Amino acid sequence: MSDDGQRLIITVIGRDRIGIIAAISKILAEARINILDINQTIMQGFFTMIMVVDAKESTVDTAELNRKLDEKGRELGLVITTQHEDVFHYMHRI
Amino acid sequence: MPMTLAPSEILETVKMLQLQNLDIRTITMGISLRGCRSDSLEQTRKKIFAAITSKAERLVRTGEDIEKEYGIPIINKRISVTPLAIIADGFGVEEMVELGCCLDEAARQCGVNFIGGYSALVHKGMTEGDLALIKSIPKTLTRTERVCASVNIGTTKAGINMEAVSLMGHIIKETAEMTADRDGIGCTRLVVFCNAPEDNPFMAGAFHGVGEPAATINIGISGPGVILEVVRGLPDADLGTLSNEIKKTAFKITRMGELVGRVASSRLGVPFGIVDLSLAPTPAVGDSVAGILEAMGLERCGVPGTTAALALLNDAVKKGGAMASSYVGGLSGAFIPVSEDAGMIEAVAEGYLSLEKLEAMTSVCSVGLDMIAVPGDTPASTISGIIADEAAIGMINRKTTAVRIIPVPNKSEGEWVEFGGLLGRAPVMSVSKGDSRPFVDRKGRIPAPIQALNN
Repeated sequence: MSDDGQRLIITVIGRDRIGIIAAISKILAEARINILDINQTIMQGFFTMIMVVDAKESTVDTAELNRKLDEKGRELGLVITTQHEDVFHYMHRI
Repeated sequence: MPMTLAPSEILETVKMLQLQNLDIRTITMGISLRGCRSDSLEQTRKKIFAAITSKAERLVRTGEDIEKEYGIPIINKRISVTPLAIIADGFGVEEMVELGCCLDEAARQCGVNFIGGYSALVHKGMTEGDLALIKSIPKTLTRTERVCASVNIGTTKAGINMEAVSLMGHIIKETAEMTADRDGIGCTRLVVFCNAPEDNPFMAGAFHGVGEPAATINIGISGPGVILEVVRGLPDADLGTLSNEIKKTAFKITRMGELVGRVASSRLGVPFGIVDLSLAPTPAVGDSVAGILEAMGLERCGVPGTTAALALLNDAVKKGGAMASSYVGGLSGAFIPVSEDAGMIEAVAEGYLSLEKLEAMTSVCSVGLDMIAVPGDTPASTISGIIADEAAIGMINRKTTAVRIIPVPNKSEGEWVEFGGLLGRAPVMSVSKGDSRPFVDRKGRIPAPIQALNN
């Protein structure tokens, strides 16, 4: 497991439109979650964004953050997932 | 802090979880009941209830928390306990039923949908308690909703106890008849084993073996959908390449199980037992083991070549999974339950897959004849014969085999039976009409096989 155990990976997949990053950043800022890295591409015509965030000082738990992002995702027509980064390290790194 | 993972890796994981039905099938907490025996039934009952409800109190909530934080669906949270016949030896049939109801109530209180361990290990012979427990199975399965029963009737080291095999034919028939109003659904919670594993997290055959600690966390993974995508993506690859790709994917799937197991174990303060490397299908489209075999190039599951394809699949899953987890155990292999796998159901309905072919397939994969509906008028001795054949495959090949068969009351070949949910639906399969009774009625034990001169 990671050192501090507080890093989350947020993935956003859907049709590109104005304001996606703004909308998501707003939710993260309100929850005092710091964005560490953003990677954004268009893959097979889909807007694909991956964010690494630090939730050390987060005012909400992961379940609540998930709910908020999911709600926003539905509003914007995007699929947003929020997962602890260990999931990815476990699967792809020995 | 820079991204240490490639976006393609992150998206691969998300795709597996979102689109290919990757999930953790079960977190199963094994709980020892060995300290629960008391002089009276009432005291024993109280102790069993307290042991289960105190140890598993946080199981479901912890599972749900992990699910939310890690974004990995965990379908079932379950409990397995010490084979009850060991704890309850000396009690009679009715008292066994009372204890079964106690397990059911404890499971309900903990919020788990199944509790395994209404079990007896009788591979070499039966005690009075074993016999009482076995005789109580039909009534217990009728009176409870969550209790799962299993009986181990053979091992490679002891041979096959044909007296128990003969008895189980009758017990299965009686269980089906007592739950006739629901198509014999009681039999979906009854497994007859040869070489039963002590740390299996999967129902209905889970129990907490006598060599296990006070409590333990065992994980069952599920990922036929993910493997299916891999095989579909390689239509022209030779079988060595295909096996290698399945191995890599099995590794990734198993890592999810390892992660969930470790986190659950640390949060619950219970040692991590094993990850079971099984591909457990669901009735959902695309989550089928039969689908994988068909994607390898077989017209339908059951056509010639099926056993070979299954052998390749099963072996590749084990090879990939073995490196992914620190402790592997349980059943570990591809499951081929007919009613729980959409592709198997279709293959049976279209006449490509017979009971005999399924039996051949079980000699190279994990469990055995699983969730098979047969006509309600199938004699008990024929069911015992099927159990004996399956146990012989397990005994000779030093592997676990099992039979979970449902003689559906008042239904005949070709009719359908609906069990609902993960148990799915199935066509009633044809069974050989020939008589096995004189063989089964000889009883006694089939001696343990020689372990050399392997041919």
